[in-house]
Amino acid sequence: MKEIVVISGKGGTGKTSITASFSVLAGRDAILADCDVDAADMHLLLEPDFANPGDFYSGEVSEIIEDKCTQCGECMKVCHFDAISLIDAKHRIDPVSCEGCGYCTHVCPENAIISRELNVGKCFVSSVKTGTKMVHARLGVAADNSGKLVAKVKNEAKELAVKLGKKYVLVDGSPGIGCPVTSSLTGADFVVLVTEPSVSGVHDLKRLYELVKKFRIPAGCIINKADLNSKTSQSIIDYLKEENILYLGSYKYDLAFTRAMTEGKTIVEWDGANSISLSIKESWEKIKESLL
Amino acid sequence: MKIAIASGKGGTGKTTLSTNLSVFLSETEKVVLVDLDVEEPNSGLFIQGKLLSEHIQYKEIPEWVQEACTLCGECQDVCNFNAVIQLGDSIMVFPELCHSCHACSGLCPVGALPMKPKEIGLIRKYKYNNLDFVESRLNIGEEQSTQLIANTNHFTDENYNNDYIKLFDSPPGTSCPVIEATKGVDYVVLITEPTPFGLHDLKLAVDTMRDLNKKFGVVINRYGIGNDDVIGYCEEENISILARIPNRRDIAELYSRGELLYDKVPEFGSEIISLWNNIRKEVEAE
Repeated sequence: MKEIVVISGKGGTGKTSITASFSVLAGRDAILADCDVDAADMHLLLEPDFANPGDFYSGEVSEIIEDKCTQCGECMKVCHFDAISLIDAKHRIDPVSCEGCGYCTHVCPENAIISRELNVGKCFVSSVKTGTKMVHARLGVAADNSGKLVAKVKNEAKELAVKLGKKYVLVDGSPGIGCPVTSSLTGADFVVLVTEPSVSGVHDLKRLYELVKKFRIPAGCIINKADLNSKTSQSIIDYLKEENILYLGSYKYDLAFTRAMTEGKTIVEWDGANSISLSIKESWEKIKESLL
Repeated sequence: MKIAIASGKGGTGKTTLSTNLSVFLSETEKVVLVDLDVEEPNSGLFIQGKLLSEHIQYKEIPEWVQEACTLCGECQDVCNFNAVIQLGDSIMVFPELCHSCHACSGLCPVGALPMKPKEIGLIRKYKYNNLDFVESRLNIGEEQSTQLIANTNHFTDENYNNDYIKLFDSPPGTSCPVIEATKGVDYVVLITEPTPFGLHDLKLAVDTMRDLNKKFGVVINRYGIGNDDVIGYCEEENISILARIPNRRDIAELYSRGELLYDKVPEFGSEIISLWNNIRKEVEAE
């Protein structure tokens, strides 16, 4: 079983549309994982049934038991997150600011502060229209700890792939270079970087690849909307050569992606003969080949 | 006045809006733009200002002092993030897991875990014509952007008084970094695109802003693609649409080269003007 993670650094480069297209091409060979838990959108294209929902708990939040509290203020002194304040002569903990470190619970002389496990979202193992399973999540509103939820989604997908004897786990990763991305990358066999030929696209690709290098995972790169700036696209291709990143193809700027999405379809289903669909098929073949 | 430009979905135009609005406003007002998308800061690509100063940013992590330690195990017991582990007769600290809460350090009975600064990123101050610009950049390999965002907010408060209009280019998503970035602001502009992905992620962002009790409005970028569902949703939910930026290839091409748009594409410039008028109206309305 090989794990392929699609990430982009910059948002809006077409990462999810491309991952969903790969999912259609992979069909029953792949288990899917939507690790962009902050803005999980794969379900909009793949028709999951939201089966087997499970609550996901991660981290804690502190709560003051009012009856026991003597308003001594020790908790407020040690909190480094400004989560405890004195309102109307009563100490209160703001659950959004609370980091869940539990420092306050240890210093309270009255044992008046308890830690409660935090429900940060729901995790699903769905059947999708491509005849396989997708693990995905819905992060609670204003919830923390998306990195841990990413790890959970990915690990469930991997376990399922092993159990069902699948060839691939296909992961839609998160934007940025922080904790959710690190979680997405851990344990991957191949990374697909999706970029666009804009100053931001190039800047974010290079920062992201610096991170990927630390993981020593082989990588390939797709240049989406390539004809928006052919000069920059060429400079990206040069960069890929320099860094030994597999060039997976250039897709042209085309509203076909959006039209397909508006109908709830991936572009390869919407119009298999579209030039982008053909390019995506080519990229997928290259990825499979490099994993042999 | 503090205004954050945010979005659920990435790549919807936060940076385009932040840079153009701030440069436009700085022609007549005192404005500071703060790039809080510390994982991938891009505003500086469009605002090539003169560098005024650099400020290395730190987070505090505990450092084990072997000579003082009695191996009582208290530090490991109190750490909720598994960042302090006792292995045999030594204490290991994992800086990337540490949330800098000081619990292990403060609760160590013999003071064997003093907090020491660790570099996590860099804040740079720039001047671009009349605009003040602050860029905050997370070191690659650092996982917790929230601490750096908090530092940057603090830095902005210290360096720019309330005469300034403060605009914050926020990170994407709906979790901790966004919450930190929008903490002290008076108004949040949520930018989206009129597609199923855009709508889905907008709904999550709206839920988050409502949960945080923030005033907010919506800008539709790439207007003309997709469908009318975002407009329908905003009307149903009584959310103000502050501006509609047309989908045009010339805008995408100018953007790809790192150019500002408000002074080059009149249809874009007029949307920036109405955006600002609408924001002011919304902030002043009770």
